[in-house]
Amino acid sequence: MNTLDSDQLPARGAAAVQARRFPRLLPERFGGGPASLEEHLSRYGQLPHGWGGPWREQLIAEVGRAGLTGRGGAAFPTARKLAAVAGGPDMPVVIANGTEGEPASAKDKVLLACAPHLVLDGAVLAAHMVGARQAIVVVHDAVREVVDGAAAERRRARLDRVKIKVMTGADRFVGGEASALVNWVAQGIPLPTATPPRVSESGLRGRPTLVQNVETLAHLALIARWGARWFRSLGTTAEPGSILVTLIGAVRQPGVREIEIGMPLSDVLGRAGGPAAPLGALLIGGYFGTWADPAVAGPLPFSAEGLSAVGGSPGAGLVAALPADVCGLAETARVARYLADESAGQCGPCVFGLGSIADALADLAAGRGYQPGRLRRWMAQTEGRGACHHPDGAVRMVRSALAVFGPEIDRHAQGWCCGRRPPGVLPVPPRRTP
Amino acid sequence: MIAGARLRLNPIACDGRGLCAEVLPEMITLDDWGFPIIRDADVPPGLLDEAAEAVRLCPRLALRLDHPSTTPAASRPRAG
Repeated sequence: MNTLDSDQLPARGAAAVQARRFPRLLPERFGGGPASLEEHLSRYGQLPHGWGGPWREQLIAEVGRAGLTGRGGAAFPTARKLAAVAGGPDMPVVIANGTEGEPASAKDKVLLACAPHLVLDGAVLAAHMVGARQAIVVVHDAVREVVDGAAAERRRARLDRVKIKVMTGADRFVGGEASALVNWVAQGIPLPTATPPRVSESGLRGRPTLVQNVETLAHLALIARWGARWFRSLGTTAEPGSILVTLIGAVRQPGVREIEIGMPLSDVLGRAGGPAAPLGALLIGGYFGTWADPAVAGPLPFSAEGLSAVGGSPGAGLVAALPADVCGLAETARVARYLADESAGQCGPCVFGLGSIADALADLAAGRGYQPGRLRRWMAQTEGRGACHHPDGAVRMVRSALAVFGPEIDRHAQGWCCGRRPPGVLPVPPRRTP
Repeated sequence: MIAGARLRLNPIACDGRGLCAEVLPEMITLDDWGFPIIRDADVPPGLLDEAAEAVRLCPRLALRLDHPSTTPAASRPRAG
């Protein structure tokens, strides 16, 4: 260990040296299956435990100093959420959100498949921090067995003083929205409810409920071990740490990578082997994200601050590379139809607005005509008018497509399309029968 | 200055019956599908009676007048 290294570390000995290894959350090599409890503890050491108000307040303050934000898409400051739930009048509940209903995203599934104990550490810790006795871990069906196995290992080892309950999430796009997740856990119905109240005030059975993405909890478990200073040794001042990204489309080695926040987007693509073909566009953040020109977005730092130059943000960590010979309008039309179908069906503007927008985009993509004024009016009448942010996210994505694929819109109006291959870069499940 | 009443819509309860837009066209228009758009939630003092009437007439109980000083948001029953 050289002097520079020791200078950057909290003084905690050998475990801290291991902690500095990158990647922080993912294994250095894939393919070994989930880390057992023994492997987990030998890599990361024991989770520090504490009790009582002062301990909680100190740890929440440390998370605040670390600058950890939610990794589920909204990037809300984690310490503020913890403090809000901890300060509630009733016994709180913790729900770890590993539903990952977005079809293109795999980072939460990969994290749970590789390091389930890191997430469970974070869920248990969060429960201690807010004074909850139960942590409910809701995961995608694909990783349920792994997480069940990890929870059983911990029970056998009598590791936790918090009860861990594992559930499978609803296989719906909106199923990960906080109020929909609470309703799924409580009643098996994954529908969002109107706010206020927020679930942090009144969630599961009326209790203050901490809903936190599983990647956020994994970072939390490491901050508790090695502190804010260690966490901030990666990333930018405003957005510290590392983040998991899912890279799909025309890259040589698609998959999930852990990257340092703030590295140039072109380097993020490089972590997946770089472009496998000339690129036409990038979808950044997720299906609620932003289309961008690769030449413009490539040099930008992968951070909310950096990507704001193209109206984007890291969101849920998706980067989809669209090859130049696939039509971006056709891809957008497919995703818009999917998002319209995935509306929970509760709010009129979401049901009818997203449906109308998806129809208009299908017509545009197929060269059946385009009324830009009408589409813009529909987007304005849909955005911000649901109980949750589903319509807002869908409209944001469509709006960025209209800006980036402008020349393509003109070509389509004249009966031409750039597509030499059918769309399908962005995965969309088969339509449900009504 | 004391904050005035605010007109709140629960989009889940709303079914687009449209009575509110007839009673209170100064504040409410309908979108292309017949659902109400509240232009500005702050109710001008001169329209308080009409706003209260719109709340009373809504067959879906989707409209509400919030008086910030008297109605804490967290005490509301949850929809759905």
